[in-house]
Amino acid sequence: MSNSAAADPAPDHAGQVGPIIAAHRDRPGAMLPILHAIQRHLGWVPGAAVPLIANALNCSRAEVQGVLDFYHDFRRAPPGRHVLQLCRAESCQALGGLALEAHARAVLGLDYYQTSADGALTLEPVYCLGNCACSPAVRVDDEILGRVDQERFDALIAGLRGVGATA
Amino acid sequence: MTATQPQRVYVPGDSGALSVGADQVARSLQIEAQRCGLPIELVRNGSRGLYWLEPLVEVETPAGRMAYGPVRAQDVPDLFAAGFLSGEPHRLGHGLTALMPYLAGQERLTFARVGLTDPLSLDDYQAHGGFAGLKRAIGLEPAAIVQEVTDSGLRGRGGAAFPTGIKWATVRDAPLTPKYVVCNADEGDSGTFSDRMLMEGDPYCLIEGTTIAALAVGATQGYIYSRSEYPHAFRIMETAIARARAAGFLGPDLLGSGRSFELELRMGAGAYICGEETAMLESLEGRPGLVRFKPPLPAIAGLFGRPTVINNAMSLASVPIILAQGAAFYRDYGVGRSHGTLPFQLAGNIRHGGLVEKAFGLTLNEMLYDYGGGSASGRPIRAVQVGGPLGAYVPESQFDIPLDYEAYAKIGAMIGHGGIVVFDDTVDMARMARYAMEFCAHESCGKCTPCRIGSRRGVEVIDRIIAGQARAANLALLESLCDTMLNGSLCALGGMAPYPVQSALRHFPEDFAPS
Ligand SMILES: Cc1cc2nc3c(=O)[nH]c(=O)nc-3n(C[C@H](O)[C@H](O)[C@H](O)COP(=O)(O)O)c2cc1C
Ligand code: SF4
Ligand code: FES
Repeated sequence: MSNSAAADPAPDHAGQVGPIIAAHRDRPGAMLPILHAIQRHLGWVPGAAVPLIANALNCSRAEVQGVLDFYHDFRRAPPGRHVLQLCRAESCQALGGLALEAHARAVLGLDYYQTSADGALTLEPVYCLGNCACSPAVRVDDEILGRVDQERFDALIAGLRGVGATA
Repeated sequence: MTATQPQRVYVPGDSGALSVGADQVARSLQIEAQRCGLPIELVRNGSRGLYWLEPLVEVETPAGRMAYGPVRAQDVPDLFAAGFLSGEPHRLGHGLTALMPYLAGQERLTFARVGLTDPLSLDDYQAHGGFAGLKRAIGLEPAAIVQEVTDSGLRGRGGAAFPTGIKWATVRDAPLTPKYVVCNADEGDSGTFSDRMLMEGDPYCLIEGTTIAALAVGATQGYIYSRSEYPHAFRIMETAIARARAAGFLGPDLLGSGRSFELELRMGAGAYICGEETAMLESLEGRPGLVRFKPPLPAIAGLFGRPTVINNAMSLASVPIILAQGAAFYRDYGVGRSHGTLPFQLAGNIRHGGLVEKAFGLTLNEMLYDYGGGSASGRPIRAVQVGGPLGAYVPESQFDIPLDYEAYAKIGAMIGHGGIVVFDDTVDMARMARYAMEFCAHESCGKCTPCRIGSRRGVEVIDRIIAGQARAANLALLESLCDTMLNGSLCALGGMAPYPVQSALRHFPEDFAPS
């Protein structure tokens, strides 16, 4: 996940999004690749991108919006500098995932899809990271962590609170 | 010379190993080697699948590869001091990797190379038998390739267990062109990670299998649809595709044969339903992942309306060895109509979680106790969910039933993708049943009412049962709701979500009683 969004005070979304759309528009079924590329670049998909994508792919804005709304991945608001995902699926539950989840929410004072006041991180649920043999698992940006107990979680958060550092 | 010859040391770059510190261990090894003046050559292999021992460090010795694990960065100086570079014993040592019981008992066909080789080295891949299947396939008529796969008895590993050869024959015979191959690497089921391990540990195997499928049906373009939850797998796969293409194993002139096949990697966007084949096609075409009505089958009118083979990643990864060794070799593994091997995945509350590739027919008891070593908590194992979030919860009384598609269907369970998630006796099965409904409600594509509305009602009804409200009436309501979902849903999300719920009710009724 890029963390440039939160750092940029007044991003010129249309200006940044245009070249991304142009780079992918000719691929068959370009919608998801375009949305992913925009989110990778900005950290989220701004509303300003919707008409531009519709125009490039020759479809309606409603269709673009429909795709944005359907997929859990796409964010319509900027996230914090880091995105922290907690696995809520069965294997992680079997090894104390629910207790870890409760701990995380309490320590962070955040509900899912909320961003901490210092802008350091956004909390999200995730359904299985494929790290089930090392449950419970969490993901921070593109890093997966396994065998996460409360202690390891707290150390992780302390690292994330530091400026831009990952654990 | 021997003193300064770099010693080859393996540290997995698999995301499971990374998740418990493999990068830190690799760094420590390099620093310590330099400090001791003992040059090492570090290879980042895939995982052997013994996750409770990750990070598992291996050293190449004249006797073979020796295993040490789980290694933490702070253990490294001690390992050097003990002489692990010459395979000396250590408290973290396990002797020769290949002889470790967990591995020695396995029948690794699909995973033969995973953990052994450098995943991105084309030389390594070929030195370990890679591309032998493709080389043979390229000299065969498409019908002969399809026949080989049909004769192998391979059935789809993505859940429904449909014979792969029959699916390919339909696409091969379909008149429209172009044709497509779609590799389903969505692996949405919890408790499963074999697709990820293979993509990270042996990506060329998946490329080879997909290319053979393309040759068999006459497809010129393929897509691998990988989930966004697997960032490492995506990057490795992306690099592997580029390298395979540069070396002529993909692209306009496959192995100099004049045949062409292009393969593109696509990323999903966090929707479980996009693992369903028609929803995946919608997603690839750029729309919300709504399940399509069948017919037409994707084999007749699939991606962009053209004939399309959609196969699970494990199905396709099984194809190279079938072509290389012949149908009979593969078919001879297994029991009944379940031929070959399945990479089972042991997860949840289990001491030795990991990947166990075995021929069909062993039992859950063997899995849980011989391989798994019992629960991680040391408490009795009470329930095991087999086959992902839509799979039934199996009670101890059924742990001796052979893992074979038909035997499992007979008890109202399924093997699915081979995920095995273990729960000890602290599990609350009413809550697990509720979770299954909640999951279905969250992931429903919304196309049909039994699933979209039924799952929401299901959560509410289970909540009332847990609260002890009008218990008998609500239990009856839940049964009838499950029945409606089972019979009225368009796809298996709504149609199978009742499996975990009903199995929980049937085998663990005491958990639904008021406390
Ligand atoms: C809700 C749902 C989710 C599915 N998820 C997957 C998946 O993650 N991976 C997969 O290979 N098949 C999945 N399937 C099965 C596919 O629809 C399809 O049967 C499979 O990709 C066919 O390949 P195979 O014959 O090689 O198994 C899912 C099916 C349903 C109904
Ligand atoms: S059962 Fe659920 S996921 Fe499947 S088509 Fe119906 S609404 Fe969609
Ligand atoms: S269930 Fe949490 S990583 Fe798979």
